[in-house]
Amino acid sequence: MSTNTKTCVIIGASHAGVNLAFNLRKEGWEGSIHLYDSDPELPYHRPPLSKAYLTSGDSIEKNQLRSADSYTKENISLHLGVTVKTINREEKSILLGDGSIQPYDKLVIASGARPIIPPIPGIENAKNLFPIRTAGNISNIRIALSKSDTKKIVIIGGGYIGLETAASLKKLGATVTVLEREERILARVTAPEMSAFFKQLHHENGVKILTSKNVTAIEYKDNKNYINCADGSVYDADIVIVGVGIYVNKELAEAAGILCTNGICVDETTKTNDAHIFAIGDCSYHHNPHYDTYLRLESVQNAIDQSKVAAATICGKEVTYDTIPWFWSDQYHIKLQMVGLSTGYNEIILRKESGEGRYGDSFSVWYFKNTVLLAVDAVNNAKAYVIGTKFIKGNNIVNKEKLADPETAFKPANLLV
Amino acid sequence: MAKITFITSDDEKITLEGTSGSVMALAVENNIKGIDGDCGGVCSCATCHVHVAPEDLAKTGKASEIETDMLELDDNTDEYSRLCCQLEISDAIDGIVLKVAK
Repeated sequence: MSTNTKTCVIIGASHAGVNLAFNLRKEGWEGSIHLYDSDPELPYHRPPLSKAYLTSGDSIEKNQLRSADSYTKENISLHLGVTVKTINREEKSILLGDGSIQPYDKLVIASGARPIIPPIPGIENAKNLFPIRTAGNISNIRIALSKSDTKKIVIIGGGYIGLETAASLKKLGATVTVLEREERILARVTAPEMSAFFKQLHHENGVKILTSKNVTAIEYKDNKNYINCADGSVYDADIVIVGVGIYVNKELAEAAGILCTNGICVDETTKTNDAHIFAIGDCSYHHNPHYDTYLRLESVQNAIDQSKVAAATICGKEVTYDTIPWFWSDQYHIKLQMVGLSTGYNEIILRKESGEGRYGDSFSVWYFKNTVLLAVDAVNNAKAYVIGTKFIKGNNIVNKEKLADPETAFKPANLLV
Repeated sequence: MAKITFITSDDEKITLEGTSGSVMALAVENNIKGIDGDCGGVCSCATCHVHVAPEDLAKTGKASEIETDMLELDDNTDEYSRLCCQLEISDAIDGIVLKVAK
């Protein structure tokens, strides 16, 4: 199939969209590629925003996905600071913010998600209140921090974004308090053991983590934000960070009649219910064959793997999405690596390495549903991460007693039934 | 500044010049086949595995613990294996040759 007169349009130039553009060239797409994003910055890595990028003081250039030159070299037309208003499926075109029309042969929606700013009374009057999603957010946080005398920060939300940001801001000399609505941090995503570990880690590093704190109002007076909780407690802050989750950017697709539920519904080739339209990355609601479940994943892994599948499919190859999800988080000296999906687990095996561990704190949490290993969270323990990955992929039956025993040498052959 | 030569699985030899950043980033920027750098350089994905030419190992040093652990179950790992996201470009590694791992 010759593609040299065809046009592929990509909405969203973050991890999924940018990788897709380059993967299309690798797969032999000869036609034009138009990549649109409302963010004016040259596309950048998002995971470091709450981690190393925030503390580094680097300019965003050091954090780019690709250099400006490489888009030119691969003949990828990058349209930044441009919004997309509608998708016209009949005419196969999109309408842009300036009223112009961009036709497409293939359209890929990689529109991602946007942070939730919860409807807390008074939140609209708060000063220096930021989410963590864009390079612009981080610049604003840096500026606010440099202007603040007290450097008092309240973070609403004790998920990974909130906790990573807490660690980074602490490193920058701030006084940080995290307010979490649930009874424990990371409640939605990890076992109680992991929540306890991270709570202790932050405590040791001087970050206050407060749970069962439901924020009910924010008041701004005398140059300070006052964050009020349902239990009557009040916390003051110069800067407020909100990390309570995201809304999927699916409205464009929905308005065009593309099937959406918790995200934009796609099949195993990332195709929507329109044969010419695909959706990848955070916004796609897809099937994971290994876990036989439908889900949306906010992860670099998913963005990259779906961009590969979409590129190959668009270029006429037969590829399907079949991967084990993986994630990571960096906080202080701790590197957390996660593989698999723990949803539905009914047993946890904790493996602590004997002695001090090779990098200090070192352990792993293994999530099982009966005999099936679902997921592994590895703390400063890449070995647990790779062994876990191998076992999950191979559907191996693990000997739980041996796994839990630090005297059993950490080799795959020693750990199987 | 450093000149770095990559040998891909197709036996293609590509020499690149870099001034800063990681070797992985340089490779990805120049579409070196077999180096994906999916995690962006935080040693989490092992998609930037290279074998350092034995005579250059003194310049790069051996793999760190986390690299060794990430590569533990990779059959292609040997004593010259590195994850090149962990190699910083500097004058010290000028002239090295890296074979992209399978």
